[in-house]
Amino acid sequence: MRKIITSIMAILVIILILFGAQRYLSSKTGTNVSSDKVLNLYNWGDYIDPALLKKFTKETGYRVSYETFDSNEAMYTKIKQGGTSYDLAVPSDYMIQKMKREKLLLPIDHARLTGIGNYDNRFLNQSFDKNNRYSLPYFWGTLGIIYNDKYVNAKDIQHWDDLWSPQFKNQIMLVDSARDGLAIPLITQNKSVNDKSRADLAAAQAKLRTLMPNIKAIVADEIKMYMAQNEASIAVTYSGEAAEALNNNKHLHYIVPSEGSNLWFDNIVMPKTAKHKAAAYAFLNFISEPKNAAQNAEYIGYATPNKKAVALLPKAIRDDRQFYPNSQTVSHLQVYDDLGQTWTERYNDAFLEFKMTQR
Amino acid sequence: MPKSKKQRQLFYLMPYGLWLLLFVIAPLILLLFQSLTTQNGQFTLHNYALYFSSGTYLLMTFNSVWYALLITIITLVISYPTAYLLNQLKQKQFWLLLVILPTWINLLLKTYAFIGLLSKTGTVNNFMSLFGIVPQQLLFSNWSFLLVAAYIEIPFMILPIFNSLAEINPRLEQASRDLGANRWQTLRRVIMPLSMPGIKAGIQAVFIPSLSLFMITRLIGGNRVITLGTAIEEHFLVTQNWQLGSTIGIILIVAMVITMIFTRDRKHSRKRG
Repeated sequence: MRKIITSIMAILVIILILFGAQRYLSSKTGTNVSSDKVLNLYNWGDYIDPALLKKFTKETGYRVSYETFDSNEAMYTKIKQGGTSYDLAVPSDYMIQKMKREKLLLPIDHARLTGIGNYDNRFLNQSFDKNNRYSLPYFWGTLGIIYNDKYVNAKDIQHWDDLWSPQFKNQIMLVDSARDGLAIPLITQNKSVNDKSRADLAAAQAKLRTLMPNIKAIVADEIKMYMAQNEASIAVTYSGEAAEALNNNKHLHYIVPSEGSNLWFDNIVMPKTAKHKAAAYAFLNFISEPKNAAQNAEYIGYATPNKKAVALLPKAIRDDRQFYPNSQTVSHLQVYDDLGQTWTERYNDAFLEFKMTQR
Repeated sequence: MPKSKKQRQLFYLMPYGLWLLLFVIAPLILLLFQSLTTQNGQFTLHNYALYFSSGTYLLMTFNSVWYALLITIITLVISYPTAYLLNQLKQKQFWLLLVILPTWINLLLKTYAFIGLLSKTGTVNNFMSLFGIVPQQLLFSNWSFLLVAAYIEIPFMILPIFNSLAEINPRLEQASRDLGANRWQTLRRVIMPLSMPGIKAGIQAVFIPSLSLFMITRLIGGNRVITLGTAIEEHFLVTQNWQLGSTIGIILIVAMVITMIFTRDRKHSRKRG
């Protein structure tokens, strides 16, 4: 008996020592990779051309340790807890605002950037990060409508209000997201997508409720699969998802209503835990190079904010108004602000109540 | 060895005790604690007040219980005759294996397989079109949700019923027939009461997880069916209001405890009576 207890105690002591040593090491070198010639990149899954990572290592000598996340919230939690120190991360617009407010980001020294002039001014200096103090745009996109030309005429679906047409009864798939769902009625009522008035929100919810007869399902990432399989004739979703669906079904088209929509960004930021700043700046400059940005945009299929990169893209991509809408439409796009806890919940409750509407 | 038997027992209990403490009791206390605090960590009953004053959440609770009940009834109606028949078969272990087999496959994969079956261009509609029936909308309905949920839960209902039926001494059935009971009376008066513990275990194993289903409600139900699981997911992932999410979690746990008591108490009273 005593032997068992002593051996268990010994194991516990060893575990404690190992744990302490690991904590010590990780606090010293920052991450699981101990070499100094390394860049810890924290990005969405499959969100960079792997060939570019190899090219970066070849050009600069920094090895890239690429880790992925699948939601802004998951990334936020991990960076806030600070267990691993990422040198660069790629959050979306509203999350950058939140991280900035909670002092989780380091300012970017523009003097060390070589490629900031390559970016399109329309995608710099956004409300979530004035003067791009903390972030550089990586990709941008929109919220819009996918339709299947086998069942729907293009002329019948050009604007948000067309969704309410009785001919689309039980045909529309809506993305399961409170901000996007409510953005549609807010835009049709000429309100801001960041509206903070209870009356406006109630009016938007009431209008959204009248859309219920036309709604077939409220789903998330599955939309692209369902649309590719002809399950529904119309869907409201993001341009990134649309690009994938369009790749798999040539009858699908994507449209951004000209009266306005959401404009979203995924920007590169430097979390406050960054340890390899030289590597981080090297990567920011590398990805700002038009040739690299263009290669990445062609691989991912999202729209690049790099103006000089757009010029390098094949004409078919560059002139695709679905994903690079004309400047008039772009000028009507609105970026989501972080609404703060209270209003985030109000939007979510309003959307939840809408989902509970009897059909 | 000077240690008493009791001390030794305590020692052997340690690993499980630790497990229980770390992964069952501690999380439950944390959940309860979260549900009773504000986001600044102050004590409050606000979350519960909010829950019970909100029509949306009460309707959702009703939905959860209602659909869990429907799923349980459907699986029970299918499972009892199946388990009864399985018991009569020669190779019953083999047939039972076939019933259990689907549980070896990941839940998400099975759900996606149903999308392939039920979608507009799916297998079912293709088959129906052989008989000239135009493609029907099968996905995103209450029926498709119930079908898939029941399919997933069925093995958990069949297994306990099968085991309790297998334990019944076949002589009891013969005796009942000898004493003049017909087939139906034997089933009703002898077999069913004796297999009651299996039925109750099956109800527990199906009803309780069905209360908090959430992924199938979106994938198959297209959010037409909204249960408390959906609300918990939203509060933890989107609004990050963990306090309210915990409150709903606690309410689900209470509902589960009530189910447990309900399905156990009756068994005792029956024994006494």
